[in-house]
Amino acid sequence: MITESNVLNPHQWVSQYADYLYLYAMMRINNEDTAKDLVQETFLAALEKVDKFEGKSTERTWLTAILKNKIIDVYRKRASGLTVNSAYEAEQETDDFFDEDTGHWKAKYAPQPIATIDGQDVLLKKEFNGILQMCLAKLPHLWRSVFTMKHLDDAAAAVICSELRVTQANFWVIIHRAKVSLRACLQKNWN
Amino acid sequence: MSYLNKILNNCKQATLLIEKKQFKKLSLREGIELHIHLAGCRFCRLYNKQSHMINDMMQQLYQDPLKNDLKLDEAFKAGLKARIEAGLKQ
Repeated sequence: MITESNVLNPHQWVSQYADYLYLYAMMRINNEDTAKDLVQETFLAALEKVDKFEGKSTERTWLTAILKNKIIDVYRKRASGLTVNSAYEAEQETDDFFDEDTGHWKAKYAPQPIATIDGQDVLLKKEFNGILQMCLAKLPHLWRSVFTMKHLDDAAAAVICSELRVTQANFWVIIHRAKVSLRACLQKNWN
Repeated sequence: MSYLNKILNNCKQATLLIEKKQFKKLSLREGIELHIHLAGCRFCRLYNKQSHMINDMMQQLYQDPLKNDLKLDEAFKAGLKARIEAGLKQ
């Protein structure tokens, strides 16, 4: 049975889904202009494909899937040509944190307690989120994309690797480096 | 340096395993190495705790209800609607 939600009605797209798609894009791209462009491209691409819609999903799910593919394209573009270098640089930069020979923390970077995340104060936590965002913004694009796909979409490592065209081995190096720098940034800016 | 000392000193490898473990099950060997390292390294025990906390906070950050206020401006939406209507006529 075809329900009403599984029929396309492009006249209503903007009023029904534009804000939702924009929010979806902003949370993953965090750039207003790019997010707007993506919403527009999504609707235009959807128009082209209207006759291929089979009614198997809701209109919203269908549009979101188109947008999602476009977001991955952006991730790829940002990462293209950098992938090999990024992993290499990640490896080099983790050497800043760890002793070259033994791999032990360098004294300067050894983890220290971070007041808020080790405690439970709600108000402080809110303020802390601001610093977390600032530290996230400092990460290279590729690392942030990997992080976002993991934490927002709970994507599996294998999916992220194939979508961003990163090898499994490089993937762990990037995740590791991103987390170590993020943690160090939080410690430095909060304590 | 003995094998055991290598494991105990290698915080770089231990923190990598801590991150990996949050994605998938470690191999038996990796699991044992991490276990041994954490037993002897208070820095990495703290890192482990903080790493999990950071993940939780990222999750919260992305689900921040404040973000629901984020909306497209009406002018942009009107332009978008016009483009779709034009596309439909073709």
